[in-house]
Amino acid sequence: MAKVMTSGGEALIRALADENVDIIFGYPGGAALHIYDAIYQQDRVQHILVRHEQAATHAADGFARATGKPGVCLVTSGPGATNAITGIATAYMDSIPLVVISGQVPNHLIGTDAFQETDMMGISRPIVKHSFLVQKPEEIPVIVKKAFHIATSGRPGPVVIDVPKNLTDPNEKFEYKFPSDLYLRSFALYDEAENSDVKKAVKLLTESERPVIYAGGGAINSNAAEEIYEFGKLMGCPVTNTLMGLGVYPASDEQFVGMLGMHGTYEANMVMHEADLIMAIGARFDDRITNNPNKFGLKAKKIHIDSDPSSIDKIIDVDIAMTGNAKKVISQINKELKAMNFDNKKFGSWMKKAMQWRAEHGLNHSMLDQKNPGDIILPQQVIQSAYKATDGKAFVTSDVGQHQMFAAQYYHFNEPRKWINSGGLGTMGFGLPAAMGVKFAFPDETVACITGEGSIQMCIQELSTCGQYGLPIKIINLNNRALGMVKQWQDMQYGGRYSSISYEDSLPDFIKLAESYGHVGMKVEKLSELEAAMEECFALKDKLVFLDVYVDPDEHVYPMLKAGGDMSEMFLSKTEKTFE
Amino acid sequence: MNHIALLMENQPGALSRVIGLFSQRGYNIDSLSVAPTQDETLSRLTMTIAEEGADINQILKQLYKLVDVVMVQNLSEADALTLELAIIKLNKTKADVDGLLKNYEFEREILDEKDNYTVFKVLGDTQEIENLLSELKKEEFLEVTRSGTLGMTKGNESLATNDQTKISYD
Repeated sequence: MAKVMTSGGEALIRALADENVDIIFGYPGGAALHIYDAIYQQDRVQHILVRHEQAATHAADGFARATGKPGVCLVTSGPGATNAITGIATAYMDSIPLVVISGQVPNHLIGTDAFQETDMMGISRPIVKHSFLVQKPEEIPVIVKKAFHIATSGRPGPVVIDVPKNLTDPNEKFEYKFPSDLYLRSFALYDEAENSDVKKAVKLLTESERPVIYAGGGAINSNAAEEIYEFGKLMGCPVTNTLMGLGVYPASDEQFVGMLGMHGTYEANMVMHEADLIMAIGARFDDRITNNPNKFGLKAKKIHIDSDPSSIDKIIDVDIAMTGNAKKVISQINKELKAMNFDNKKFGSWMKKAMQWRAEHGLNHSMLDQKNPGDIILPQQVIQSAYKATDGKAFVTSDVGQHQMFAAQYYHFNEPRKWINSGGLGTMGFGLPAAMGVKFAFPDETVACITGEGSIQMCIQELSTCGQYGLPIKIINLNNRALGMVKQWQDMQYGGRYSSISYEDSLPDFIKLAESYGHVGMKVEKLSELEAAMEECFALKDKLVFLDVYVDPDEHVYPMLKAGGDMSEMFLSKTEKTFE
Repeated sequence: MNHIALLMENQPGALSRVIGLFSQRGYNIDSLSVAPTQDETLSRLTMTIAEEGADINQILKQLYKLVDVVMVQNLSEADALTLELAIIKLNKTKADVDGLLKNYEFEREILDEKDNYTVFKVLGDTQEIENLLSELKKEEFLEVTRSGTLGMTKGNESLATNDQTKISYD
């Protein structure tokens, strides 16, 4: 083969293409200009120009969550890099594979307070899986390859590549060699579990009386949905998913008891509290799940499958830990269960108990039929209406707050990777740019961004990007004229002292705003008009529609776990609670 | 008191990743010693964490997770040797210093001296050095510098590894 001579900038883009990257999200600037010039002179990698670097990271993140492939973004040094930080932290907290390339000032200026200089390696260090500062242009292809391997393997996460400008100089060419394999010293990956542990786990599972399967984002990352469904059917016991795990077990399945945790369903939290065996799959016993860890699962033995050994025994000590790939470990367990012809009938009464809890205090999924004299729209009704209009098949991204919880509770996700939200970091502003990333990945699919008037304003500038690239995303804005979740906490814990949560008089006219970017804006204020508007919104296939829905400003998200309590201690409504 | 031994890539940024796991939790690192090993691509580090109630096991797992970290070991849970070097400068004559040190077992050497000062080194167990320093507090101290604890396990096992994970692509 003929020698290919490239500059550092060309090598970087060429290596991305050789890693099968066809789309990157970014924003140019001084230190990245050589790289942008290299982008201009090729057509294997498409660059999407966002309006703010935070959006580039969220778009790449949304792309990664929807496809399972790593998302890539490119930013310049200094403010470009610092603007990317929130998005990197978001991906880190949710274990999303991201490769973030940041320009850096030329080597000879590093450490001199040069224009647009910031120590990207330093500021990103605690929120990356790993990072590289390029030292020589020849090493760029190897670094790119390592970065993709690290970002996507084991427990995925973001990797930063910081590239000093002089190393991308178009006049300095070298021979381009994309490595066919690479070496990482002591890079431990966990695959299958020890057979003895599998046997012990199966013994606990089959000898238990009240087991529950609790699956999280790690189950989605390892593409374990099929295996978990089979496992659920072999066990015939209740299954719950975390906020990050929604869709990994089909929500419409009869064994699914809904999401658990802070705003989990009554039946899911009761099942967790009363279970004698908790089987955690790719879930990390986060504080929004366990409530008070000292009162968590006291009646249960625990089995934990995770790709990251540092997640084991971090919050909750478990009886059996299996470090491995959830897809493979669950397959191992399924094999054992099938080999022993396990009869799950004995969990029938326990399953019945779960259904009884659901009947007592489960979520009402038919609220669209509940008319009220004021014709006021409840936020839950908006989600149910969106579910109906999309036949439950849309990709749904969300921002953070009440609308996020309502979407998680009321939109039934039957497939993994369809529900895309910032669970760990809780980043407002995530929803719209994430939806862009999803839409680029799946241009023919329906993509809805369920948001609130607070969150959407944190990355509202991306309406311009959507206009430039013709992205017909549906933005469903649950407009309650206040920071709803903060307001709810102020109602419940601060005597209704509404500190800094309202801006009603200064809200933009979202309809005109959407129209000024060339999109369609629609406003709904009456319940009687909701469903027709929702139908129309999704029927406009080629247009971005901003559906501004005025919802009841006083609605709270329930159930809600009592702070410091156990998982059975919940507020069920403004007047009901399960504890004294 | 936990002594941690760690082998990591000898390259920029590796040490700050290790240190970061302690500082983000508000744990102080009491001593730290780091230098390249016989394989110059690897650095070996010994660190001492005195923090009461520190969740060392969780930190060890997170340390091992770092891409730059090759191997980690809690020496406090192993049968290990630890050693520390201190260089001390006192406003004393050599004869006075000999008197001060007469009750101590460890290796010592005078490195520099004049009528009004003596510089000497001591080599020994960290606790012994601590004891000496607290006794010397009464004296007129000019300076002390310590290497930090160095440690390795007894027996013929080693922390070192040449394991490379080969990642092949089709």
